Amino acid sequence: MTFPSSATTDAVADAAASAEPAGSGPAIVGRSPGQLMWRRFRRDRTGVVSAVIVLGFFLVAILAPVISMLYGKDPYSTYGQDRPGLLNPYGYPIAPNGGMSGEFWFGLEPGLGRDVFMQLVYGIRTSLSIAVIVTVLSTIIGVVLGITSGYIGGKTDYVIGRVIDTLLAFPSQLFLIVFLPVVEAAIVLPEEETPTWLRYVSICLVLTVLGWATIARLLRAQVLSLRTREFVEAARVTGASPGRVVFKELLPNLWTPIIIQATLALPLYVGAEAGLGFLGVGMTEPTPDWGRMFQVGANVYHSDVTYLIFPGVSMLIFVVAFNLLGDSIRDAFDPKTKR
Amino acid sequence: MTGFLVRRILGALVILLIISAVTFYLFYAIPRDPARAFCGKICRPETLTLIRHNLGMDEPLFVQYWHWLVGIFAGRDFVQFGACPAPCLGYSFATQEPVFGAIVDRFPVTLSLTIGASAVILSFGILTGMLAAWKVGQPLDKIASASSVVGASLQIYFVGPLLAFYLVDTAGLLPRPSYVAFTEDPLGWFTHLLLPWVVLSIIFTANYTRMTRSQMVEQLAEDYVRTARAKGMSSRSVFFRFAWRGAMIPIITIFGVDLATLLGGAIITEQTFSLHGIGELAVRAVQNTDLPMLLGVTIVGAAAIVVLNIVVDVLYAVIDPRVRIG
Repeated sequence: MTFPSSATTDAVADAAASAEPAGSGPAIVGRSPGQLMWRRFRRDRTGVVSAVIVLGFFLVAILAPVISMLYGKDPYSTYGQDRPGLLNPYGYPIAPNGGMSGEFWFGLEPGLGRDVFMQLVYGIRTSLSIAVIVTVLSTIIGVVLGITSGYIGGKTDYVIGRVIDTLLAFPSQLFLIVFLPVVEAAIVLPEEETPTWLRYVSICLVLTVLGWATIARLLRAQVLSLRTREFVEAARVTGASPGRVVFKELLPNLWTPIIIQATLALPLYVGAEAGLGFLGVGMTEPTPDWGRMFQVGANVYHSDVTYLIFPGVSMLIFVVAFNLLGDSIRDAFDPKTKR
Repeated sequence: MTGFLVRRILGALVILLIISAVTFYLFYAIPRDPARAFCGKICRPETLTLIRHNLGMDEPLFVQYWHWLVGIFAGRDFVQFGACPAPCLGYSFATQEPVFGAIVDRFPVTLSLTIGASAVILSFGILTGMLAAWKVGQPLDKIASASSVVGASLQIYFVGPLLAFYLVDTAGLLPRPSYVAFTEDPLGWFTHLLLPWVVLSIIFTANYTRMTRSQMVEQLAEDYVRTARAKGMSSRSVFFRFAWRGAMIPIITIFGVDLATLLGGAIITEQTFSLHGIGELAVRAVQNTDLPMLLGVTIVGAAAIVVLNIVVDVLYAVIDPRVRIG
């Protein structure tokens, strides 16, 4: 359960105030909810460690070209094919453990012989950027439609509510892969090659279209209960415009569920994007992509299991860290929630 | 009860109608032309026109949709391919077979996968969740919570091949996953599907452990539990006879949704282990841009979700007598 943050921050402020021995120690300072949240978060060691790991992943994504320069390889060159002595005639790395060596830190990709480390580093870019874009877009759409639906009510609410119901009744995993070719076929003629950017856009589009309904439904329910509260009625009675009520009265109380939902959604989108790649409908060659690494890994694991382990473990670390970070953010925003 | 069922079923039909109409429109409004694909490389315009006519594709979209809808109940006749009997969901151009038949053929695989995975998810997930709640704050609880965080973050396409490598390739403990019909060889069915079941249930199980734990903890703080304890009931009886009933309600809701997802095609698991189920059918249809097949699979998947939602609502009333439906 999430409660309006004003109530919780009051309670925490009270608790913080009473914890200080009266008279002694520093004077009581007024802190904004944001400051309180930050203080609570800093005390949570798991949260801080996870935040550092997540930040590390984002840094790697942003600094990929720099890493590539320092490392001296790029994700596109087929080192294994260009240079003899790296891959055997079947296309598998000759050196043990997937061809790991001082030169190729994480080994070589079976078949094409590209550098695994670079694939991984550049793959983070694809995964993270898609996940971030989709999270932001679906959250914005979900927030706007959820609040509209809950606040206006009536026919608008009915229509939006039915759309949400229908979307949630869709078998989402299935729809993801079904709609990708449809979106693309609507833009590209069958004879043409699908450009990379289009695949990128359509992945974002389909994930967003299927993703906004969850948060919209949640916010609609929250707004429905908030709009009958005294402070909203008071604002209305004093003549506040709907815009003011939404932005100054409702929205401050909704930040907590919004942020919680967004942190829950992002790792799911990372997984979903990679899932698309794994099924062969994700990012196309030559764009480095974790999902396609899994696809290759699942085909070659009999002979070269190392290739599968790198993207698998990296993704596991990222998703675990992000989930733990999400839990900590939730605790920091809303200390009353029980987990 | 009857009134409730009738209303819910009507509502479900409306939702299915909307989903099918939207999907149909989206699929057939695109320029990728199934008739052209069917016509082959050297395609004379008159042949193309003929094929389109035979497929009924020269008619307006809503007429085509109407034919498709009627076909489900009355069957259709395709000049090109012959009759398509009663529950006709269309004809797949790519695989040259009726869509409904293809789905029915694949269904036992997906059903077996679903049944086994559900059994693992429910027994293991709820059990560990209950144990964690029973020992709140103790090492067992912490281990269960930690492993559920990791479990929920695992991906099927990573764990699947990894376990297959270590358990099948290296250790040889299990046979290579494949589908053996239950009616032919029950033991073979079990051993060949065991690995897919376990892999498929890993990500779900973690979720159920978490949920069961928090629900049980919440239920144990309820007044009725205190009353039962005050009247001298042992903790164990309260825990296993009373509290779990209340805890199961949200679990059933989520399970209904998950079950539908599984039935709609545990796509990634089927693809990982090359099991020829409905999900794998969908992936293949996507690769071939086989629109009639995709439409059929989507509708069947949506129908599974909608039907199971109704079943869940009815189950509420069975488990919790306070819930009134009607």
